[in-house]
Amino acid sequence: MGKTIAEINEKIRQGKAVVVTAEEIVELARKQPAKKLAAEIDVVTTGTFGPMCSSGVFLNFGHSKPRVKIGGGKIYLNGVPAYAGLAAVDTYLGATATPDNDPRNAEHPGAFRYGGGHVIEDLVADREVVLEIEAYGTDCYPNKKVSTRLKLKDLNEAILFDPRNCYQNYNVAVNLSKKTIYTYMGILKPELGNANYCSAGQLSPLLKDPYLSTIGFGTRIFLGGGTGYVAWWGTQYNPGIKRTKNGVPSTGGATLALIGDLKQMKPEYLRGASLTGYGSSLIVGIGIPIPVLNEEIVQWASIPDEEIFAPVVDYSNDYPNCTGKSLGEVNYGQLKSGEIRVLNKRIPTGSFSSYRKAREIANTLKKWIQNGSFPLTERIFEFPSPDSGYSFKAMKEGS
Amino acid sequence: MEKKFVMHFPSKLVDKPIMSSLVKKFGLDFNILKAYVTPEEEGTLVLALQGDEENLEAAIKHLKELGVRVQSIGRDIKMVRELCTDCTACIPLCPVDALYRDKDSLTVKFDAEKCITCGICIKACPTKAMVFTI
Repeated sequence: MGKTIAEINEKIRQGKAVVVTAEEIVELARKQPAKKLAAEIDVVTTGTFGPMCSSGVFLNFGHSKPRVKIGGGKIYLNGVPAYAGLAAVDTYLGATATPDNDPRNAEHPGAFRYGGGHVIEDLVADREVVLEIEAYGTDCYPNKKVSTRLKLKDLNEAILFDPRNCYQNYNVAVNLSKKTIYTYMGILKPELGNANYCSAGQLSPLLKDPYLSTIGFGTRIFLGGGTGYVAWWGTQYNPGIKRTKNGVPSTGGATLALIGDLKQMKPEYLRGASLTGYGSSLIVGIGIPIPVLNEEIVQWASIPDEEIFAPVVDYSNDYPNCTGKSLGEVNYGQLKSGEIRVLNKRIPTGSFSSYRKAREIANTLKKWIQNGSFPLTERIFEFPSPDSGYSFKAMKEGS
Repeated sequence: MEKKFVMHFPSKLVDKPIMSSLVKKFGLDFNILKAYVTPEEEGTLVLALQGDEENLEAAIKHLKELGVRVQSIGRDIKMVRELCTDCTACIPLCPVDALYRDKDSLTVKFDAEKCITCGICIKACPTKAMVFTI
């Protein structure tokens, strides 16, 4: 028999909910039937912790005296430019924003030591940030220059809003060329010198609910150490991709747009990242609870690393030129063993996503639910399904 | 004392028994950390030499006289534990397996003894947890 979220929430309120992590349910399901687990378990928690470039914060600074209007002017936080296309003292700072004077890749590979992601980490870590505004001045907003130092607590609102996080699955990056390349998937040595992946595999939220049967608009989640919500489906959402027999996408798939109050978040779960030769980014910690409403949800949640596959993609030619070619598939069990085999060569693997932190997040969320501080939400609506025809396109170019 | 060096052997010296002289003449112990021959047939050795300071200096002088280019590895690399997120991006890049992951705790460990300070981990780390100490 199925359960409802209301029933699960009642158990959470009473402190009686049975919560396990996605890693734990994988082990439980090796010995016990899904039917039994569905009856016993109420919630499965997931976790992921990796660089997610489509992340950023909306900030409101309050008004200066005299007033200043950022919109149409320029704004910098610790020298990193933010968006000047909103109202007077609102801005959006993205994770990949880079200081105007950063040499970037002029001397390749650039170090990208400080960017938008690092400003976000500094704010969350309660470090002081320099705000500089250049404005053109109006009758009602006459101030043309503001320079001040402030901390997160000095702002009115600080809202993390990430248009694309939590990729369901991801490429394994390799390099077939004869020279080292510097990518957002890390440093890739020539001629299949190493392979990098970026997913928590069996702990990763959208791999454990592959059809988003419980996750949708309004789902409450662990975001950056605080609580957040699923705000929309993410950009480049693509549910109609190839899946294995168990329903798990064997390539990108779904994504999520996420929102949450930056003031509740913690620097341990929101870290600035410098990707050599590529740019700055933000490492985001996310955990999503999956309510165990029926047996099918248990079957999905208990899919192990060995049954989750990712495509191996050449980042020297196939990725940059969008050829769509894959060199084959490997599973996360193989990836996590430290070595995979591609084109008959044994290749050492590295991850850009921290499994240790993913586990920590799933366990933290488990505790929150167990102690009654994190009731589950009913989603307000579900996202486009695999048979909806929803997909993502390449850029329209040329005239 | 122990010191680490990168030594470049011109092609004319590659087949000479130079290393044995370090043991015989100067009483040093050596540990080859990495060895390779470049396409120009120059030999490169990364090695740790152990012995007393006087003998170490004399040995290096001797090698230089033979035409070996010797660079001392003066800098060390350390891991700033609190900055590491245990992602493992550095592990496959380390040429001497000085970085590895502990299977139970899932944390990345750094064996400074093995490190040859090539610095690739510094470039590979997204959170700047690997740094040169000067």
